Formats: sequence, structure tokens, C-alpha cells
Amino acid sequence: MSQASNNKIFANSWMFAVYLFLYLPIITLVVFSFNDSKLVTVWSHASMRWYSALMQDSDLIAAVFLSLKIAFLSALMSVFFGTFTAFALHRYSRFRGRTLLNSMSSTPLVMPDVIVGLSLLLMLVSIQHWLGFPQRGLFTILLGHALLGTAYAAVVVTSRLREMDGRLDEAAMDLGAKPLQVFTLVTLPLLVPALVSAFLLTFTLSFDDVVLSSFLSGPGYSTMPMVIFSRARLGLNPTINAVATVTIVVVTIAVVASSFYTSHVERKRKREMAQAYSDANK
Amino acid sequence: MNKFFQSLFSGNKLVIGIPYAWFILLVAIPLLIVMKISLSEMEATSVSSMISWADGLPTLKLNFANYQFIFTDALYVKTYISSVKYALITAILCLAIGYPFAYFMARSPKHLQPMLLMLIMLPFWTSFLLRIYAWKTLLVSNGVINNILMSTGIISEPLAMMNNSFSLIIGMVYSYLPFMILPLYANLSKLDLRYLEAAADLGTSPFKAFWLITVPLSKAGIIAGSMLVFIPAVGEFVIPELLGGPSTLMIGRVLWDEFFSNNDWPMAAAVAVVMILLILVPMAILNKAEAKLEDGKS
Repeated sequence: MSQASNNKIFANSWMFAVYLFLYLPIITLVVFSFNDSKLVTVWSHASMRWYSALMQDSDLIAAVFLSLKIAFLSALMSVFFGTFTAFALHRYSRFRGRTLLNSMSSTPLVMPDVIVGLSLLLMLVSIQHWLGFPQRGLFTILLGHALLGTAYAAVVVTSRLREMDGRLDEAAMDLGAKPLQVFTLVTLPLLVPALVSAFLLTFTLSFDDVVLSSFLSGPGYSTMPMVIFSRARLGLNPTINAVATVTIVVVTIAVVASSFYTSHVERKRKREMAQAYSDANK
Repeated sequence: MNKFFQSLFSGNKLVIGIPYAWFILLVAIPLLIVMKISLSEMEATSVSSMISWADGLPTLKLNFANYQFIFTDALYVKTYISSVKYALITAILCLAIGYPFAYFMARSPKHLQPMLLMLIMLPFWTSFLLRIYAWKTLLVSNGVINNILMSTGIISEPLAMMNNSFSLIIGMVYSYLPFMILPLYANLSKLDLRYLEAAADLGTSPFKAFWLITVPLSKAGIIAGSMLVFIPAVGEFVIPELLGGPSTLMIGRVLWDEFFSNNDWPMAAAVAVVMILLILVPMAILNKAEAKLEDGKS
């Protein structure tokens, strides 16, 4: 065998092993959710037992709805503030305090969750001492998730802004559009795919968070990850496998659908641009 | 015309002002409050109680007892050292696994690369908590891996793979590997292959060319990836809580216990401040490496 094909085999098996490492836990979760045995790790025979147990688990279902509500609202807030952050950092490359904004916006990305959670909670408690609100609950969790999401949304939107053709904005401005018109008629439509993926990403982050929620939540407000985490701490529990499988199916559908949507929008835009250029050259 | 500039100017102020206010309120002020509370005693957790009036002059009463305790108590010092150790091991293993992977991915056929990248991102979309839980079902003594190994007769006694540093490191490498692969791939896929061709023409062996050309050119990616793994790994809480054991000391867990079990907020705040000091230098290195990566892109 030649050296080159040996290298190829080595490269492919390395990549295969890494993918196996990444997907093995997910496959196990799904497979054992259909296992009839009470033991999560010993296969007896296929059944939907844990799915029907899941349907009757009112604590968990309530937690899922709370998580969905928080994820939706915090994703909206994240996209809103993230877009502003991206514009401030990208469009205005020179203003006093840009470095400070840049490092503040990337802090939630790398700072360990426990520090972000603790610091937000201590601030909210100080405000509460002073003004008498907010009470710990949905709003405080929302605020924490929106902060984390803003940092991620800003990264997604900034990378899109960087790829975008700045000349389109300039052309619109030359044709007499006001800054707000340029934004709503030219920039925003071009940004839509990035905003959609930022929304999905921040929704998922919020739906997945356990540390920030635990710090910021009050009595009676348990999100789905908080319930799962408290059960997982106690031991193995087959209903968790069933929840996992349901989330994996929903998330996979959402991710695949959104990537189809994004590539569709992108193709359509390219077609329109090509059309516009050929019209202009006539 | 004057009006136009005026509106543009106020628009600018708004675009910069909104994110500024948001992050000052939710990042800068909370961190300052953590610092302040770390210097207070358990009973006195409001600002006013730290300032006492003596002869009409305000005097600030600072309490360094929490810090004194952290630096003299052997367990805290040991826990910080052990957190850094586990985070370092995680970063090194992620680099050892992720670098060849990113390299091979950047060399694979162009039309396959988007799909390979998507396959790295996809697990990231499924709940991190659930994936860590899945490792628990794989690694426990009556878990999936031990069952398979025992039923095939490879081992007769179950391997102790759970609640020790093995399971902790597996979980950390597993969770943070994509953070290593993504910046490395971004960097390696932009590598100019003509350098390598020139080296080969001049008689350099592929192995030597790799160390002399590819590795130095991907330095920014290596640094960014390692820091993106190391920094959050130092303060990790969920993985040590679910996969670690009594001997795997991690500072994130200590902070959590100080806060939730002992209700000692000033102590938790002091633990957090020392942790922030610990990751300050890595964060500065990361910012520099990321700026370099961005320059390379444009």
C-alpha cells in the first residue's frame, strides 16, 4: 500500500473516531429511551413505557412550558440587544469605549456560568433591597438568559455584517434614503437569515441552561433543565431518556428546517442580485 | 442637511447607547457588586453598612477575612490548583484530538466540508445537560460500556470509570472539543497550500514541513481554541457535579456549595473574585488571538 493511501486511511479513521465520540452518548440516550427495563443501562425489550410515564409527569411538563416561555422571550431580547451590539461594534469602529463594550459583550461567552449567575443575583438582590423589586422568578431568569444570549447573538450578527456588501447601503444613501430607511429597507432584509439563526441559537442556549437559572430562580419557578439536573444528581432515570429523545427530535427538525430556509433565502437573494446587475448592464 | 446630520448623530448615540447600558447594567455593575460583597461580612451585605461615619468623615470598612481564609486554608488552595490542573488537561487533550481532526477536515474534499462542519455543530444543539447525563449511563459500573465489555468476556470485573478523574475528564473533553475544533478549522482551512508546495519543492519532508510551516501559521487558532476550552473549564460546575467524585476537587462546585448550602454569600463572592483573577490573563491572551484571527480573515 502506498504512503498516500495509508495517510488517507489514518485521516478517515481519526475523523470517524471523533464523530463516534461525539455521537455515542446521543445514540445511547435515544436507544435506551425505548427500553422497557427500569434499569437505564440493561436492555430488555422495546417499549414506549417511559414516554407514557413522561406524559403523566406533571412537574416535568410544567417545567417544559416554563422553559419554552423563557426561551422564546429571552431569544427575542437577545436578538434585539445582540443586533444593537453588533451594529455598535461593526459600524462604528472608532468611538470612545469601544474596547470596553467589546470586552463586556464577550465576557458572558467565556466567563464560567457560576460567576455570571452569582454576580447577576447579587446585583438583583441589591436592587431589590433598594427598590423593593424585582422578585426572583421568571423575570430574573429571563434577564440572565437574555444577557448570555445577547453575547452569542452579537457574534452571529457581527459575522454576517462583516460578510455583507457595504456598497448596497452606500448606494441606497446616494439615492437619498434616510439612515432609518437604509436600515429597514436594505440592511435588515439582508440580515434576516442571521437573525433567524441567532434566534434559534439563543433559544437553545436558554432552553439548556441550568446554572444561571438555579441562581436566578425563585420558589415555584423550576425550568426543565433544573428538574432534569436535580433528578440526574440522584441517579439514573429512564424518563430523562424519553425527554432527551423528544428534545433531540424537535431540535434536529428545527435546525435542518432553518438551514434549508437560510440557504433558500441566500439563493433567492443571489438570483435577484444577478438579475439586477444584468438589468443594469442592458 | 444640518437636520440630516443631527438625526444621524442621535441615531449613532442610540445604537451605541443601548448595548452600552445593557452590558454596564448586567456585566460591569454585577462584577463590581461581587467585589464589594466579597469584602463585607456575612451580616453586613449592603453598601451603607460598610461606610461608617467618624468625626463627620466617611470611613470605608473593608474586610479581607474571606480572602485571608481562602489563601490560608489548604483545601481552597488545593481546589484552585486542582481546577487549573483539570482545565489544563482538558485543553491539552482537546488540542491533541482536535488539531488532527481540524487538519484532516480542512484537507477533505471542498464539497464535503460544510457537512462535516455541520456534524460537529449538531451535538452542540442538543442539550449539554442531557449529553453529560448520557455519559453517566455509559460509564457507571453497571453501565452500557461495562456491560458490553463483560458480556463479550474482555473483562471480568467492571472497570471503575465513574465518579473519578477519568469520567470528569471524558465529560470535559467531550463538551469542549467543538470549541477547539471550530477556531482551528477556521484557521487551517485558510492556510495557503503554496507554502507547503514550495517547501516540498525545496526538499523538505512532509513531517518537517508540518512542524515548520503549518503549526506556526495556525498559532492564533491553537491559542484561541485552547483558551476557549481552558477558561470555562476552570469554573465548570455541571460536569464535576454529575460525573466527578469526592476526590475531583473543582472550584465551581465549592462556589456553588458556599452559596447554596452554606448560604455564605461574601465567601462565595470572594471565591468568584479569585477565580476571575485566575482567568484574567488567559482572557487577555484569548482577545489578542481572536483579533489576530479576524485580521487573517479580512
